[in-house]
Amino acid sequence: SQLSLFRFTVKRPLSTLRSSVDSKEIKKFQLLAHKWWDEEGEYAALHSMNDIRVPFIRDTLLSMSTNYHLGNPLSGIRILDVGCGGGLLSEPLGRLGASVTGIDPVEDNIRTADRHKSFDPVLAKRIQYKCSSLEEIVEESMETFDVIVASEVVEHVADLETFIKCCSQVLKPEGSLFITTINKTQLSYVLGIVIAEKIMGIVPEGTHEWEKFVPPEELQRLLESNGFSVRTVNGMLYNPLSRSWSWVQSKSLNYAVHAVKSGARAQSHTSDTPPERDTQQRSATAGTVP
Amino acid sequence: LGHDIHFHDKKIALLEAGPRKEYDHMPDSYSNRVSSISPGSATLLSSCGAWDHVCSLRLKPFRRMQVWDACSEAMIVFEKDDLDDMGYIVENDVIMSALTKQLDAVAGRVEVFYRSRAVGYTWPLPSHSCDASPWVQVELADGRRLQTKLLIGADGHNSVVRKEAEIKNIEHKYDQSAVVATLHLSEATDNNVAWQRFLPTGPIALLPLSDTTSSLVWSTSHDHASELLAMDEESFVDSINSAFWSNINHSDFIDAAGAMFRSAISLLKASGAAVRQLPPSVARVDGESRALFPLGLGHATEYVQHRLALIGDAAHRVHPLAGQGVNLGFGDIACLAHHLSAAAFNGRDLGSLKHLLKFETERQRHNVSLIAATDVLKRLYSTTLTPLVLLRTWGLQATNALPPVKVRI
Repeated sequence: SQLSLFRFTVKRPLSTLRSSVDSKEIKKFQLLAHKWWDEEGEYAALHSMNDIRVPFIRDTLLSMSTNYHLGNPLSGIRILDVGCGGGLLSEPLGRLGASVTGIDPVEDNIRTADRHKSFDPVLAKRIQYKCSSLEEIVEESMETFDVIVASEVVEHVADLETFIKCCSQVLKPEGSLFITTINKTQLSYVLGIVIAEKIMGIVPEGTHEWEKFVPPEELQRLLESNGFSVRTVNGMLYNPLSRSWSWVQSKSLNYAVHAVKSGARAQSHTSDTPPERDTQQRSATAGTVP
Repeated sequence: LGHDIHFHDKKIALLEAGPRKEYDHMPDSYSNRVSSISPGSATLLSSCGAWDHVCSLRLKPFRRMQVWDACSEAMIVFEKDDLDDMGYIVENDVIMSALTKQLDAVAGRVEVFYRSRAVGYTWPLPSHSCDASPWVQVELADGRRLQTKLLIGADGHNSVVRKEAEIKNIEHKYDQSAVVATLHLSEATDNNVAWQRFLPTGPIALLPLSDTTSSLVWSTSHDHASELLAMDEESFVDSINSAFWSNINHSDFIDAAGAMFRSAISLLKASGAAVRQLPPSVARVDGESRALFPLGLGHATEYVQHRLALIGDAAHRVHPLAGQGVNLGFGDIACLAHHLSAAAFNGRDLGSLKHLLKFETERQRHNVSLIAATDVLKRLYSTTLTPLVLLRTWGLQATNALPPVKVRI
């Protein structure tokens, strides 16, 4: 019966068991699902973020590869876009030649993304969308992807360490993980929430919770203790007047990370087992400690 | 764009109303439609491999350009200090043929529909949640339908694309027509100078085609233009020669004022006055080559919209007096190609307004000042009123003496 329960929870999109998905977050995004593709609308800042995150991903991958064609730079690369939303980042990556799988727990987002790509015959074949959380695809996608991008996602995630472990499981050895997110600082509270959401409306109100912002040091620690080697951490800054993003020295607001999963398969297994044993021990003692 | 590496897997369709034009060698007689190609435009043509074909067909480089007034002795000479060419006079057919050859080279990516005409355009609705295709639909006269992410309108000053997109156009018809013809000179000469004289009725220009032939572009009133076309060949040739040589419009006052200014300049700057060369005289005209077309000014208020870009005469139309019309168009092409190439390498949707607006801003900034200046020059030189003649005489003499200003032009 425990096994059937497990299967049942896997099928439901709103899984709460050992999940990195927060149901409150899902409701927030459902309301705005149809606004994704308005370049001047609520998601304008995400659209213009493509101008720096796409070249960042593209150039990093090109620098790590030896044979590529400038006319089709990401050809042959399998990318997983976690928290793809309406497909804002999946589409440019698809246009550059990659085979993209986009996943998002909000069904309305996936529907919007599917419909938008359907008009372009090339993209329709290169991109596949699935309404799913990261955990739900782990089993069928072990070590399947060359690249994972999790852009503006980890600040919405309930359990960051689980999220990172799942990334590691679906990534091929020496695969790349790209994350963009927001730092947890006083500055990011003032600018990222008070000003961006409440005053200037750059981000729809209520999108972010400061408590969930992740400092780069912590992200780096979690990545490295789960089999990743962090190669790059870059600060990003949004200029609301010119509506454009740029790379900056300071990581106190937004930042981007590139990490690479370590090559040897054996290593990823051993880093998995100790935590599991810990959990078992904890649950074993939970009943005994008053 | 077909030759751009970032467009490797994109598909481009070119709709051309005319027939395919490709020549292996040019006929003996010269065509009467020629263009003055600036070095910048030559570089663009060279970047897609077309310039080599132009050179192997025929073209005439010129080193010097002499521009002077019919109402005074004032003149300005443009030439480069190094022995580089200032520009090239090329027949339009030669350019077409060169481009056709280069289009053939990328036939896998670019499909040219010769003798085709678009009869209908369907623009995407701005609303983002509609179910209809968000691309531009084009219906051809033969019933075929094409759909595209970006439509580039390059269909001339009467652009149908511009009208269908409801882009307002600022237009002004000059009361002038341009007469073109192919002329044979009295005697063979190096012929590497372009000549232009401002008559009260309009500028007359002689552009070199070879050692013995030149192309005529004479902008004048509609009536005079029709007269020129109707008169017999000998009278036509006489009119041309007299236009270049006669001093009938000089007045003693202006001549004196001009001479005084010239001596003032030579006091301040020894080399202030350039050597005046004499234009060649014309012996006869090619029979069939006389033609005329009306002139006007035009500027579209917007060059771009979502999934649409206008280039060349569809976006702006100028008076031929500065020989810039086609070069502005080539400049548009270089700029748009640059922005589209960068957009493609960033995985952007090619029809997105964001990079199209960058193209528009860059080109409008460049084009508007040149179009305005050309228009001002045209009006300034259309009069015999003494004060204005004096103004432009001194202005031209001063400009001739000031290297920085000349280089900018």
